[in-house]
Amino acid sequence: MDRFVFLTVDGLSRGAVYAAFALALVLIWRGTRIINFAQGVMAVVTAYLAYSISNATGSYWVGFIVALASGLVLGAVVELAVMRRVEHAPPLNAVIVALGLVLFGQGVLGMIYGNQYRPAEAPFSRVAMTVAGVPVVSRYDLFVFGAVLVLMLAVAALFTRTATGLRMRAAAFEPMVSRLLGVNVARTLTLGWALAGLVGALAGLLVLPTGLGLHPTAMDLVFVSAFTAAVVGGLDSPAGAVVGGLVVGLVLSYVGGYVDSAATPLAVLGLLVAVLLVRPGGLFSGTTARRV
Amino acid sequence: MSALLEVTGLTAGYHGVPVLHEVDLTVRAGTICAVLGANGAGKTTLLRTLSGLVRPAAGRIVLDGAELRDLPVHELVRRGVAHVPEGRGVIAELTVDENLRLGGLWRGGGRALRQAVDQMYELFGPLAQRRGYPGHLLSGGERQLLALGRALVGRPRLLLLDEPSLGLAPRLVAQIMALLRQLRDDTGLAVLLVEQNVRSALSVADQAVVMSLGRVVTAAPAAQVADDAALRHAYLGF
Repeated sequence: MDRFVFLTVDGLSRGAVYAAFALALVLIWRGTRIINFAQGVMAVVTAYLAYSISNATGSYWVGFIVALASGLVLGAVVELAVMRRVEHAPPLNAVIVALGLVLFGQGVLGMIYGNQYRPAEAPFSRVAMTVAGVPVVSRYDLFVFGAVLVLMLAVAALFTRTATGLRMRAAAFEPMVSRLLGVNVARTLTLGWALAGLVGALAGLLVLPTGLGLHPTAMDLVFVSAFTAAVVGGLDSPAGAVVGGLVVGLVLSYVGGYVDSAATPLAVLGLLVAVLLVRPGGLFSGTTARRV
Repeated sequence: MSALLEVTGLTAGYHGVPVLHEVDLTVRAGTICAVLGANGAGKTTLLRTLSGLVRPAAGRIVLDGAELRDLPVHELVRRGVAHVPEGRGVIAELTVDENLRLGGLWRGGGRALRQAVDQMYELFGPLAQRRGYPGHLLSGGERQLLALGRALVGRPRLLLLDEPSLGLAPRLVAQIMALLRQLRDDTGLAVLLVEQNVRSALSVADQAVVMSLGRVVTAAPAAQVADDAALRHAYLGF
């Protein structure tokens, strides 16, 4: 029972991070029909920035805030400088360009910081607190849950309660009609990338202290899990990203805990195949009745 | 009254193949101009070019003295041009209320937008009962009303309407035509109306333009076109 509780909390905590990261992928997919394979390296760039700033200032939180802000800027810059040129090209072009960004980013980070692991600091204790003698949840897990929850609520409020969110949704679904209604679609795309950059940066900051630490390739495996989460949930659905993330987190945790940690990549793959067979659009795929 | 829209020598097409050939057209404020012609005459391309979706190869599009042809599409609505595309263009994933708000969002949100949207609910009763419905649950007629209402929320000066009667019950078509007439008289709205339903278009229009193979063959008062049997036989099929 202790083990089950531990694995569940650990799975949900990891799943929350995958959910956030998957949300970043969904935000970009909805607007541009591009899978941003560079999302991981963009998050690592902001994490290194947080590392440098935190070391220079001695404050984790200054680095944290700067990393989130830089994620916002980086997302916009990547869209404006690079991805805009392939948004209307065949889908493979965007994939190749994004993979090129991965190589470029990882190369530059390696030149600046070196290719060894550096410690990623956690702002709270990762030791689980015990309830009636059973270790349940650490302060860091609570911080992860809280941060992801705040993020999700903020993104949901942006989309459903603000004019900007309405424009972004309209532009994602019907760009041509939206332009006729005065929506600057190009600007909403930039905004979507910026938002995804921020969300991805947060996911990176949250997940890195739970792994081996900072490394130019540190987000590669997280990307695979989050991409699976996004596909499981349905690439078009922010709610699906959240559920998909939690499901993937739990599956990884249970398989790693009860079966064998070496079997986790297989489990992710199995989950992906199963969902694609049963519901190819993802668990939360919407209606496509109008596409006649 | 002087011309609101003045189009001269407009040539446009797709992938370098021209569809419109040196089209000249004048629409005055407070008038309805019907654009008639067979399939493939270039009627829809004309509207798409006027709203910036198709870039002209040559010619001028002047609205109230200002050249429009190099403006981005999303700027045109700020100049007072609203285009309701054929096939309605309701955003199926958004609710009726969100679709309507989107039409006036460029003017800014807040109370003025709320009032403009509520005004549409008064004009289009059926929509008021569907506020929270996503667009894909609406009937064809409701979608048409929504697309029209959404364009009107932005209070345009020039309305480009593509086949508003497509697939609608005759009673609804009559209602829409009556509404256009009322807006023309009350607000000075100018309408460029593309219609397959020639009779209903001529009944509401002040002016009529007959197109054939991308050229304007006749531009005359609507009543004159309706009375010209030879013209009707040659280009309009009745």
